[in-house]
Amino acid sequence: MLLGRTANGLYWMNRYIERAENMARLVDAGLRMALTRTQSASEEWNSVLLSAGSDIAFSQKYQDYTAANVSDFLLRDISNPSSTMSSIETARNNARMVRTALTRETWESINEAWMSLKRMLARPIDERDLPTVLDAIKRETALIRGSFYGTMLRNEIFDFSQLGTYVERADNTARILDVKYYVLLPSLSWVGSTLDNYQWESILRSVSAHRSYRWVYEADYKPTNIADYLILNVRMPRSLTFCYRFLGEHLKFLADDYGARHACHGTAEKIQALLKRGSIKDIFDHGLHEFLAEFIRDNTRLGDEIAQDYRFY
Amino acid sequence: MVSEGSTRLAAFDEMLPEISGLRTPYEAYDRWLKEQDPARLTEKMQDAERVFRKTGITFAVYGEQEASERLIPFDIVPRILSGQEWRRLTQGIEQRVQALNAFLDDIYHRQEILRAGRVPRDLVAKNEAFLPEMIGVRPPAGVYTHIIGVDIVRISENEFYVLEDNARTPSGVSYMLENRETMMQLFPELFQKIKVRPVENYPQLLRQSLAAVRPQSTKGTPTIAVLTPGSYNSAYFEHAFLADQMGVQLVEGQDLRVVDGHVAMRTTEGYKQIDVLYRRVDDSFLDPLTFRPDSALGVPGIMDVYRAGNITIANAPGTGIADDKAIYSYMPEIVEFYTGRKAILGNIPTWRCSEPDSLKYVLEHIHELVIKEVHGSGGYGMLVGPAATKKECQEFAKKLQAKPSNYIAQPTLALSTCPILTEKGLSPRHVDLRPYVLVSDRIQIVPGGLTRVALKQGSLVVNSSQGGGTKDTWVLDD
Repeated sequence: MLLGRTANGLYWMNRYIERAENMARLVDAGLRMALTRTQSASEEWNSVLLSAGSDIAFSQKYQDYTAANVSDFLLRDISNPSSTMSSIETARNNARMVRTALTRETWESINEAWMSLKRMLARPIDERDLPTVLDAIKRETALIRGSFYGTMLRNEIFDFSQLGTYVERADNTARILDVKYYVLLPSLSWVGSTLDNYQWESILRSVSAHRSYRWVYEADYKPTNIADYLILNVRMPRSLTFCYRFLGEHLKFLADDYGARHACHGTAEKIQALLKRGSIKDIFDHGLHEFLAEFIRDNTRLGDEIAQDYRFY
Repeated sequence: MVSEGSTRLAAFDEMLPEISGLRTPYEAYDRWLKEQDPARLTEKMQDAERVFRKTGITFAVYGEQEASERLIPFDIVPRILSGQEWRRLTQGIEQRVQALNAFLDDIYHRQEILRAGRVPRDLVAKNEAFLPEMIGVRPPAGVYTHIIGVDIVRISENEFYVLEDNARTPSGVSYMLENRETMMQLFPELFQKIKVRPVENYPQLLRQSLAAVRPQSTKGTPTIAVLTPGSYNSAYFEHAFLADQMGVQLVEGQDLRVVDGHVAMRTTEGYKQIDVLYRRVDDSFLDPLTFRPDSALGVPGIMDVYRAGNITIANAPGTGIADDKAIYSYMPEIVEFYTGRKAILGNIPTWRCSEPDSLKYVLEHIHELVIKEVHGSGGYGMLVGPAATKKECQEFAKKLQAKPSNYIAQPTLALSTCPILTEKGLSPRHVDLRPYVLVSDRIQIVPGGLTRVALKQGSLVVNSSQGGGTKDTWVLDD
């Protein structure tokens, strides 16, 4: 038996842990672009902010799209509810609320991540320290994930946690693709220019897939392959298909445990069918941007339905 | 305004009294301590702090925005009681707890103690802690106060006094458990050398005790839940800890509603009935339909369910009248009235400022006395005369004269001391003791309790909100 409020807390705790890490990843990718492409740096930072869904809030506070401003806003600004610091704070508050549902190891890893990031992000980050800070964020969230996977019982508590992780992750990957969808369109450049190469690598880097891509596809970046990798690959842990494989699995566990199916099950299955049916060519034919926009909408709807069906409020 | 209690009274040291030398209960520990490298002990002390911070055992201090989460300092020198000392204490506590429950049953029914004139009628009837809504209501199994923390102070080898009865929602038991856990992690070898009676089974006992007082109508195993005001409450860690250790749900008011004459919690599969609610929410917030209408922490309609006998609320609403500081001064009479015997554990002499003669005495001797608010707790709003400045005393005297019935006064006692480890070695500090008592069809007292210690040299204020710390409390299995 699980309280609706607890399920809600678990779901959001995991969404925010995922988000805390995604912010670091986005800044990491932006930093790399800015280092290699100094002329268009501000444009790149704008893409980063768009992917983070923080572009409007940023523009209200800053005029200059610089590494210092963007990384400060996305990593340590607590007035930005999606910044790494805000996210880890929200994750911890949720963890505190659902503490009885967590193993001691999981709670301690979240609490320690919060303590160490709070210390680390207390003052503005010196640009020279930025790589160290990004590494530390990724390490802390990896430790949380490790304690969580290593110690949690695979029950409904685990299921609701995973639903949060994968809804957030699918949203993140889809947004990254949608912000840059135009550089992936094959009609524009069959032979990748240097600029395109950087763009493509940046996309892969923002989902930590720039190395693994080469293990799966040939060494050269090809836009269709990149899209295929992030949308349809079953084994790539941040692809949309991968996220939906696990969303489907955990929703099925809940349906079996409780002996009841809800609206969210239908929605997840509909999205899964869409991902299964098509090849990447079909998706391009349909329109990459249209596909992604629809996916983001459906994914958001799934989150709302989960909250409603399992009485989060 | 809070004064720092500082005195130069000669205090009885529980480990090493000046006159007789090392006391028996501490002999084995002292032998072990002498073998230890002081540097290693200092290291262990820091380990302890890390353990607490990592596990998030913190408490919130009201009125301190910055340090919204603080640790209660922990001292690694245990406070040790012999088996014999403990047996004497438990007899006194049992008697007292029996009397408290009998008193509650009486004042919410026939009120014989009032008719007999042993306790003034006005003191009960006009008391905010007395709930007219509870008149004629008999809780399941007839138990009013299920979980009690009796604060005890020691003056000498054989003199123990009750400082306060906490019959509403006593807190701190999680510290008792974590302190022991931490000590066993830091010094496993000590526990092999010295047989200490265990406290670890407290959560199991609590669960059994709550299950035993379930409503008569409960079918099968009762569903138990802990009701917390939420994660921003200063004792939230303890609420979560207890729910977790008992294996029951930790609920908030927003999770609960009345469904078909029962209290039910909103789960991922719909509403599920609750039979026993261990609430850590004050009476006035419990039911917005009956008490404070603006309360979002309680459950609308829970009092109707309660009166119908369909839920056990632990502790029962209205138990606060039994630990009210004005009622406290009548405890010797109350114990005798219901148990037919003299109280085994004495009270500290108390002046009720509502009585003109007492008020006069208190105002004349304000520099010697400890003056407390009748409804206050946690060491807030009290004056420790000997430690206060002249100006502080004068200001307090004005408050006292404005509303005398709001205050009681007690002599400044030389609380016993127990050594703590400081940078310069052992140093005595004043302590008190809060054993935890569970009442169902029987009375159970966990051997030990929470020892609170005033960390500042000479200070008599042990409250955690006022810079007090805690110690592991050992009852020897001898």
